[in-house]
Amino acid sequence: MITAGIDVGNKITKALILKDGEILSRAQTPSGFVQKKAARDAFAEALKLAGLREADVAYTMATGAGRNEVTFAQGRITEVGAAARGAIKLYPEARTVIDVGAEEGRALKMDEAGKVIDFAINEKCAAGAGSFVESMSRALEVSLEEMGPLSLKAEKAVPMNAQCAVFAESEVVSLIHARIPKADIAKSIHKAMASRISSMVRRVGLQKEMVMLGGVARNEGFVQALEEDLELKLLIPADYPEYISALGAALAAAEKAGVK
Amino acid sequence: MAEVKEYWRWKEYNWKNPDINWQDAAVITAGIDVGSVSSQAVIMCDGELYAFSNMRTGSDSPNSALNAINWAMADTGLTQKNIHFTVGTGYGRVNVPFADRAITEIACHARGANYMYGPTVRTILDMGGQDCKAIHCNEKGKVISFIMNDKCAAGTGRGMEVFANLLGVSIEEVGERSLQVDEEPGPVSSTCVVFAKTEATGLLRSGWSTEKVLAAYCSAMAHRVVSLLERIGMEEDFAITGGIAKNVGVVSRLEKELGVKALKTRHDTQIAGAIGGALFAKALVEKGKK
Repeated sequence: MITAGIDVGNKITKALILKDGEILSRAQTPSGFVQKKAARDAFAEALKLAGLREADVAYTMATGAGRNEVTFAQGRITEVGAAARGAIKLYPEARTVIDVGAEEGRALKMDEAGKVIDFAINEKCAAGAGSFVESMSRALEVSLEEMGPLSLKAEKAVPMNAQCAVFAESEVVSLIHARIPKADIAKSIHKAMASRISSMVRRVGLQKEMVMLGGVARNEGFVQALEEDLELKLLIPADYPEYISALGAALAAAEKAGVK
Repeated sequence: MAEVKEYWRWKEYNWKNPDINWQDAAVITAGIDVGSVSSQAVIMCDGELYAFSNMRTGSDSPNSALNAINWAMADTGLTQKNIHFTVGTGYGRVNVPFADRAITEIACHARGANYMYGPTVRTILDMGGQDCKAIHCNEKGKVISFIMNDKCAAGTGRGMEVFANLLGVSIEEVGERSLQVDEEPGPVSSTCVVFAKTEATGLLRSGWSTEKVLAAYCSAMAHRVVSLLERIGMEEDFAITGGIAKNVGVVSRLEKELGVKALKTRHDTQIAGAIGGALFAKALVEKGKK
């Protein structure tokens, strides 16, 4: 059976095609301001990569902040539910999922079946989401992709006082003026954001094993800072961390279609 | 290279009271308010406002304080030697090397608002560059209680600057422009300034006018500080100080939501802290502290 999962994030929309538990293809596109179109485009691209037509897909499940915009999907699942399903499929030993996207950060606790027991979420403040690193990379005049590798070269971190992304931008500029090396500033930025994510994780309880998902999981500087803060190793689906919720949605779609 | 217009930049200026001759004054005092975004220096002669300056804080606080006092003294013939006592206040108050004393901006704002708006003021909302405070005071301008937000740019002048830049509207015109709407839109739903920027871009793309987006943002900012005021409790009379007090778009929406009118003043609303500092300085001179 072939199913699809479409995750309409605040920034990026991801589509994934699943056949009997195996990923056939995945595609992404910026969500832009017309999320329905983004969902269509990502889905069409994923179908093309898999060599399929829409009629071949038994069930399409949408998730993410813009899931209600995906009117062509048969079903919808919350971000938390989709992340848990995707994570447990890849890592059956996982009990905590940390999902950090562009504009949201999430931590959830689940049982061995991937059923969500508790979760915490930040969608109000950029300081606990990928946008924070993005704003800081602009202040540092470093591309977002370079932030991780740069941070790994740091010798030490300096304390950052500002929490707010707007205030932190000014603080980064004054750190540059104070001739603090960019690598150290990058490390400090990741450390500051990691402490906000870790306090969210602590709220749901530190339960091993922990998986990290979302686009921010690609930032090895942030991952290192979070691992240091939590004092453990995170499981990361390094090849496609931003697709795990779409995977979860496609798995949920298969379940739905199976009982139909 | 094309010149980039800085829409956030507000006018820096200095002022001198033509009716006062400082040579006749028994006590000359100064208050220097070094904020995170702006700095003000106020000079008072026997407790009356004589001169002041209002400028942007540079990256280095000691210099900002010195620049501010020098500009306030410009064309007056005054030198720092003529000033009997100087109080530093604001976020950078410990970095006013020539101050005789540092006093918190909360105390100075309450004291300054008492001078600017009269003794009936009980609740002061100070909307500064990087923080927002709600202060309760008595008829003498003494602080009874206060709460503040200094963690988040929403509800601060910095947040408004970001919006002015995004929409390409001069910060001094934001208020007026936001009132040029046929119908009041709902507030921008994102609290965070970073997210509100994305939201505003989306609204513009969907065909909203710049004025309508400004209205939605001013309304969101008003709503945000109302919740701060609700936490401390509103007791009239009510006054607003700081740079945002000059933004009629935020002030009128705030008054509407509160159902309370803010008092007016002929003074610059940004100098409340520095006035308070200069008044404390006078009291300290009279107590013989110097």
